[in-house]
Amino acid sequence: MRYLPLTPADRQAMLEKIGVTSIDALFTDVPEAARLHGPVDLPPHQTELQVERALSKMAAENIAASSVPFFVGAGAYKHHVPATVDHLIQRSEFLTSYTPYQPEISQGTLQTLFEFQTQVALMTGMDVANASMYDGSTACGEAVLMAARVTKRKKAVLAGSLHPHYAATTRTTAKYLDIDIVSSKPDLDGLSGIADLIDDETACVVIQTPDVFGRLHDLTEIAEKAHQHGALVISVFTEAVSLGLVKSPGDMGADIAVGEGQGIGVGLNFGGPYVGLFACKNDRNFIRNMPGRLAGETVDADGRRGYVLTLSTREQHIRREKATSNICTNSGLCALAFTIHMTLLGEKGLTTLAQLNHETACDLADRLSGIAGVDLLTDSFFNEFALRLPKPAAGVLDQLVEKGVLGGIAASRLYPGELDDVLIVAATETNTDDDLAAFETALREVLS
Amino acid sequence: MSVKFTKDHEWVKVDGDEATVGITAYAADQLGDVVFVELPDVGKSFEPGDEMAVVESVKAASEVYAPVSGEVVAVNDVLEGEPQKVNESADGDGWFVKLKLSDKSQLDGLMDEAAYKAHIS
Amino acid sequence: MSMNTQGRPTRMEHDLDPGAYEDTLSGSRGLEQAEPLLFERGSLDVTGVDLPTPRGGKNRLGGMKREGPIGLPGLAEPEAMRHYVRLSRKNYAIDLGLYPLGSCTMKHNPRLNEKMARLPGFADIHPLQPEQTVQGAYKLIEELARWLMVLTGTPAVAMSPKAGAHGELCGMMAIRAALDARGETGRRRVLVPESAHGTNPATAVQCGFITDEIPADATGRVDMEAFKAKLGDDVAGIMLTNPNTCGLFERDIREIADLIHEAGGYFYCDGANFNAIMGRVRPGDLGIDAMHINLHKTFSTPHGGGGPGSGPTVFSEALAPYAPLPFVVQTEDGALLRMAENESDIDGDDIQPFGRLTAFHGQMGMFTRALTYMMSHGSDGLKQASGDAVLNANYILARLKDVMTPAFEGTCMHEALFDDRFLKDTGVTTLDFAKAMIDEGYHPMTMYFPLVVHGAMLIEPTETESKSGLDRFCDVLCGLTDAAKAGDADRFKAAPVHAPMRRLDETRAARSPVLRWLPSEDDSKN
Ligand SMILES: Cc1ncc(COP(=O)(O)O)c(C=O)c1O
Repeated sequence: MRYLPLTPADRQAMLEKIGVTSIDALFTDVPEAARLHGPVDLPPHQTELQVERALSKMAAENIAASSVPFFVGAGAYKHHVPATVDHLIQRSEFLTSYTPYQPEISQGTLQTLFEFQTQVALMTGMDVANASMYDGSTACGEAVLMAARVTKRKKAVLAGSLHPHYAATTRTTAKYLDIDIVSSKPDLDGLSGIADLIDDETACVVIQTPDVFGRLHDLTEIAEKAHQHGALVISVFTEAVSLGLVKSPGDMGADIAVGEGQGIGVGLNFGGPYVGLFACKNDRNFIRNMPGRLAGETVDADGRRGYVLTLSTREQHIRREKATSNICTNSGLCALAFTIHMTLLGEKGLTTLAQLNHETACDLADRLSGIAGVDLLTDSFFNEFALRLPKPAAGVLDQLVEKGVLGGIAASRLYPGELDDVLIVAATETNTDDDLAAFETALREVLS
Repeated sequence: MSVKFTKDHEWVKVDGDEATVGITAYAADQLGDVVFVELPDVGKSFEPGDEMAVVESVKAASEVYAPVSGEVVAVNDVLEGEPQKVNESADGDGWFVKLKLSDKSQLDGLMDEAAYKAHIS
Repeated sequence: MSMNTQGRPTRMEHDLDPGAYEDTLSGSRGLEQAEPLLFERGSLDVTGVDLPTPRGGKNRLGGMKREGPIGLPGLAEPEAMRHYVRLSRKNYAIDLGLYPLGSCTMKHNPRLNEKMARLPGFADIHPLQPEQTVQGAYKLIEELARWLMVLTGTPAVAMSPKAGAHGELCGMMAIRAALDARGETGRRRVLVPESAHGTNPATAVQCGFITDEIPADATGRVDMEAFKAKLGDDVAGIMLTNPNTCGLFERDIREIADLIHEAGGYFYCDGANFNAIMGRVRPGDLGIDAMHINLHKTFSTPHGGGGPGSGPTVFSEALAPYAPLPFVVQTEDGALLRMAENESDIDGDDIQPFGRLTAFHGQMGMFTRALTYMMSHGSDGLKQASGDAVLNANYILARLKDVMTPAFEGTCMHEALFDDRFLKDTGVTTLDFAKAMIDEGYHPMTMYFPLVVHGAMLIEPTETESKSGLDRFCDVLCGLTDAAKAGDADRFKAAPVHAPMRRLDETRAARSPVLRWLPSEDDSKN
């Protein structure tokens, strides 16, 4: 077995040193009735080649995004990731190290986390960011818990156009903590209704922009109202690339900004691993209530600058039942991928990338809304928009698959029983003019 | 003015019906470099054993319990910016809270200095 | 106040001589190259990515365009490559040497796993793409789920948890949901051994429970009398790690399971240490109701400097109905697999998911890696792997037991726990001892955990270490022990001196936190 270095002779010698006759003799604390004597009912070991064949066969049953005109978004986006990123994250020293508990031999991870925190803080227009959460949805749930701790209040208001899976994750996260979660209706036109839900009991109001339908929102007014009531504003994004072109959460008065970093450096991966971004204002009470790890700057015994994990008394390994969160393992390597991609892009590249995304989406929106019976529902958007179709969107998508186009997501998949005729479509820099034309042609045919 | 101690390594200095509370030098030393102190709001009332404050070092966080009942009349704001005062002067400038005592007889249940010294040795 | 009783020093106990090494002009030392922050190296008008030039013109941002600069510097590709390669070289890694972090199972990470996870059919598919185009992905999830259920002897598994702690949340929420369904709103106390990992009590509280600590007995296991005394009709369950965090199998586990069930509670098992028993013992046979499995420990997916992980959580019949959304289901005609994503996708009242833990279906990239590893090992290899993991740990214990002080008597499972009695009166602490290991080219073991042992040192070698490698490691630890006992405390206090950095001032980091780079005053004037 290729992963096991011990030889039979080694095992024998080691057993002798230990003073037992067999490996089984080391398991005598296991109740006899629970010890398995034969192998479990699973296939025996296989060669690399055999495993590769089996996995490749499963992979071949899927349609890879790059192989077709591809327009699926709603929380995960297809972007090009430079080859350098994947090479660097596969460096042994990044890939096969643990959480940087020994700073003297973990400066690589710690410095990159410090860079990551800074990049996230800059992009979101916030003051500080943590070293990552599992993904955007869990970051959103944790942000609501943090707001409840900071304000000592127990009510959270969610916008109806917050990604329904984020809303569900947040409800579940808060479910057993007596936090009352209220949502406005899924609203294709804007944020109407949400301001009325904010009152003096409200810990936070959670708004996604661009929202699940792709619409951009200005949070400024809502933030004013929320702050008048002593509530915090949590700004959510599922597409980090948008921050290259649109106003940042900080610019609009958000107190906490959370989102999905997958679009930068990480890739689609069928939903995970992704990287949750979590940033907030520089307020002592906020920082002490943040979930997750934080890298901070300090000096070593020779006075040289270095980095450590800090403010750990918030965390489970020290604070146990009083911790701000139970998170331990986070999304380290995805955070690294994000940081490397971001470093390659720089502000210049990010701005251009965001511009390209927006232009491609504008082109696509023009093409598709030119088809008879198709209406564009989102008048302001970044790289994703919603269309009203003359037929149920789910069926249309299936027919598009037949024509080799993955044409978005039916809103009814996210809001079961509602919005049957709404299709959510994303376009990115990876879509060529040919892709747009293929989508337009296919949709025309399906609808005719 | 008398000084009393709790088995949880806090000292209580009584002056009339006001008591100043801090942690002992021994406790501060066990904790290591103090990096943060969380103090209660003035006006809050506590019963003996209630969690009144939190004191943190890099790798440990400890609750400070109310040694006796009382209402907080003052807290040591200096500790917010200079938590090291707890290490430098645990029984002086590093005090935590001043309580207005509601039941002075509770003090009788606490240790005197000799008893505390025996407790930690 | 509550005391810090683990003997963990939290201050730098020494002032080091800053002239300990000669500074070079560049700050580099040969292959160890100094590397500034990206923000000090890059600039706002540099990019390392070639993109087409936008045409300009179209704008549907509705007035939401960003106005000012962001402040993100970029680097050209060769510069970015160097920046991160140089930084990487300041890290220790499994691929460089033994990484004996107890409780973390730092085993070899096969590169076949990486290769399979990068097949476009897995890496380049979207979680919400039409279901007929991702059948292979659903099959992979189903296949991994099958392996996990067979290995654990349980009838159900939730695949979406993103790490061990997330799996704990999954299990404890299912317990809470099951209690609520029984109308048992008074059961809110969760028993957690003192030796438990911090995520256990943190999780219980996040599910609205209160925790009650069970002490350990003299053998390092649950104190049965104390446990029994704590049972009652307000007990929701127990969270028990097995093998436990002292590296010991809980001998009374069946009795614990029976007692907690008789008392009306559930048994959550923290499966972080499943590597010791896979293929040999099925937790389902031990009476557990829920257990998370860290794919990033037991099944060799890389830790990546702190994540990502994956924490599938298996369930007994009693808890299975409450497993969270989403999950893979067969369609009626059996032709397609589907993902049940919403309540409306479920028929029948007997399935009552407690909710949803994350936006999508879990850590697919980790699933691919874990299944690749499991298929490579097969049923025979997994059994050999757990056997070798336990053998290696016991070999270390046997070699060191007369030099260092084992915390408990007898053999261990996959990790050997020592306390700091052997350092008594040497002036050397567990921390110092660990830092001296760094100078010897090793990553230290887990320190000051579990909390039940003073100055704990928890050594987990894993099965992917050779005998000769373990011998060298034990030789070094014996040598260090001798040095400590010979009164060479200064060497330990100064350590490490051969690492990229000396000891770092954690007090300063915490007292005046600097959590991000900020432009200096001079820069902002420019
Ligand atoms: C015993 C134990 N339980 C739970 C966890 C938490 O797992 P994760 O870090 O994957 O969240 C760990 C990991 O460090 C552990 O060692």
